[in-house]
Amino acid sequence: MSENNAMTLAPKKSFLKRNLPVVSTAGPISIWMIIFVMLPLLYILFISFMSRDVYGNIEYTFTTDNYKEMIQPLYLKVIWKSLKLAFLTTVICLVVGYPLAYYIASKPSKLAAKLLMLVMIPYWTSSLVRLFSINQLGMPNGFLNLLLLKLGIVSEPVDFLFSDGIVIMGLLTAMLPFSVLPLYSSIEKLDKSLLEASKDLGANPAKTFIKVTIPLTMPGIVGCVLLVFIPSLGMYYVPEMLGGGKVMLIGTLIKNQFLMTKNWPFGASLAILLILITLAMMWIYTRVGKLDELEVG
Amino acid sequence: MAEHIVSLKKVNKFFGDNHVIKDLNLDINEGEFLTLLGPSGCGKTTILRMVAGFEDATNGTIEVQGERVEDKEAYERDVNTVFQSYALFPHMTVFDNIAYGLTVKKVPKSEITRRVKEMLELVQLMGFEGRKPDMMSGGQKQRVAIARALINNPKVLLLDEPLGALDLQLRKQMQIELKRLQKQLHITFVYVTHDQEEAMTMSDRIAVMNGGVIEHLASPDEIYKAPKTRFVANFIGESNLFTGKLESLENGIGGVATTLGKAKLELSGFEPGEEMHICVRPEVMKYSKEPVDGFSLRGTVKNVIFVGAQYRTLVTMEDGYDVKINRVKQNKDLKEGDDIYLYWEPDDATGIKA
Repeated sequence: MSENNAMTLAPKKSFLKRNLPVVSTAGPISIWMIIFVMLPLLYILFISFMSRDVYGNIEYTFTTDNYKEMIQPLYLKVIWKSLKLAFLTTVICLVVGYPLAYYIASKPSKLAAKLLMLVMIPYWTSSLVRLFSINQLGMPNGFLNLLLLKLGIVSEPVDFLFSDGIVIMGLLTAMLPFSVLPLYSSIEKLDKSLLEASKDLGANPAKTFIKVTIPLTMPGIVGCVLLVFIPSLGMYYVPEMLGGGKVMLIGTLIKNQFLMTKNWPFGASLAILLILITLAMMWIYTRVGKLDELEVG
Repeated sequence: MAEHIVSLKKVNKFFGDNHVIKDLNLDINEGEFLTLLGPSGCGKTTILRMVAGFEDATNGTIEVQGERVEDKEAYERDVNTVFQSYALFPHMTVFDNIAYGLTVKKVPKSEITRRVKEMLELVQLMGFEGRKPDMMSGGQKQRVAIARALINNPKVLLLDEPLGALDLQLRKQMQIELKRLQKQLHITFVYVTHDQEEAMTMSDRIAVMNGGVIEHLASPDEIYKAPKTRFVANFIGESNLFTGKLESLENGIGGVATTLGKAKLELSGFEPGEEMHICVRPEVMKYSKEPVDGFSLRGTVKNVIFVGAQYRTLVTMEDGYDVKINRVKQNKDLKEGDDIYLYWEPDDATGIKA
């Protein structure tokens, strides 16, 4: 009897002991994530298939109408525009961020750390302050117009506000720091003797860049695309503050469904769409990551 | 047609305030295997990098085939490099690595395939086309690096300590193979190493470098037998060095008063009264229990050590300097504490200007 007990108890004890490191380290955050991220997400997924009554309350009857509604031209336009602005922001971040990251990576590590700090400063300033200053910059009597008028480039003040351009500018100031970091880390890891080898074998700098530098820094490029594209797509306070009501993006649309028109189920379905786009991008990233392991490793 | 395939004239190189190459002249003959040999920091790799085009000389001229190349970029020069770290492109297969030079020159695909095949045969890596570099051993990677450079038919192949990362066994094997390739292809090899044995094995000529200058440029044989400077005598092989003053010079035989006693050797180009060093290799150092005519170098046997290929006897001189005597067979007549006289055949020693 007592022998039996000992035998059944022993494995139990060792199970907890075995898992103590996992439970004690990943435990708290797991509980937090389950309660405040996973469950709410499941709830959003759930109500995206529900309908609502005339007062905006959720009616618990199953429907796929919320997803069908997205196909309306009005909403498709918003989704398309969101994708377009996020795409443009990503491209600009890459085109501006890559040379900058390359420049920083070519500096001695102490200087590079300082330069990276400079890149990060905009990120550490309050986004509210940043957006208001861009707002001021773009006003009809703002600095940008003052400059253009003085230089004689325009004769009438231009209204920059509420345009796609200023929204992209806002997204850029928010996103550029994130684009430089992954690019920097992959460029910094690039073995410079490979570039010398390429030149030695007769490739000019442009060919070397295309055939050696870009393929070997691809993980950084993909990382940059993910870090910029995904948040840009869903970011709602930037278009809200700089675009006013005129530049309607998916983030603003979702907010409106929840807070203004009180159509939670439709808002939830839009949110699920965003998550699906994000997951698709993550999937692509892991594919590239795997390729990377096989080819570069 | 130029006499020399590579020619450096009065080349200087500064890194900041650091003067790493000092007024260096070097002419490399077509088809020869020339080794730049020296301790780390002597400037040998810098010379290679200047010829390749990775570093600019601060001043002086560098010619390849009689044509000045200082203003040419690395990718415009008809020389190729085998890097110490191999520098194979990790994202490309062996085939693409070897084909790289031809691909960027837009050579037709069919010709590329043919020439890569030839190269794979040359370096004995048939069947490895599809491999990625990180799936290969160090020796295999080295072969790929050599093939990748040779496929461009370079006028000069520059090799920067290419065998440094390989183990001894493989290194010896690759040394022989490199020499075979060089003979077969008649390409000028400029080889950088700090390993004197490697230099001795492969080179037609060796340039022994120290502190940014070439101290001695000659065949391995000559460098070993008649080192030009004290540094070369010490750096190449083992040597016993005596310092003194030339007292007499008759019929090509010089009598020297060294700090340890009298000695004599064959000499030319020296003036009586001159300060000089005498270099005697351990294997030609002789000893006797009785004084020998013309010599008065006395010492005490310290010990006899077996060092693998030979026995080494250390003889302590008056001032504490240990003279080395190397023999293939054990000197049974010597034991610790014996007082002996050292001498050598006059033509076995080399005079070095002080």
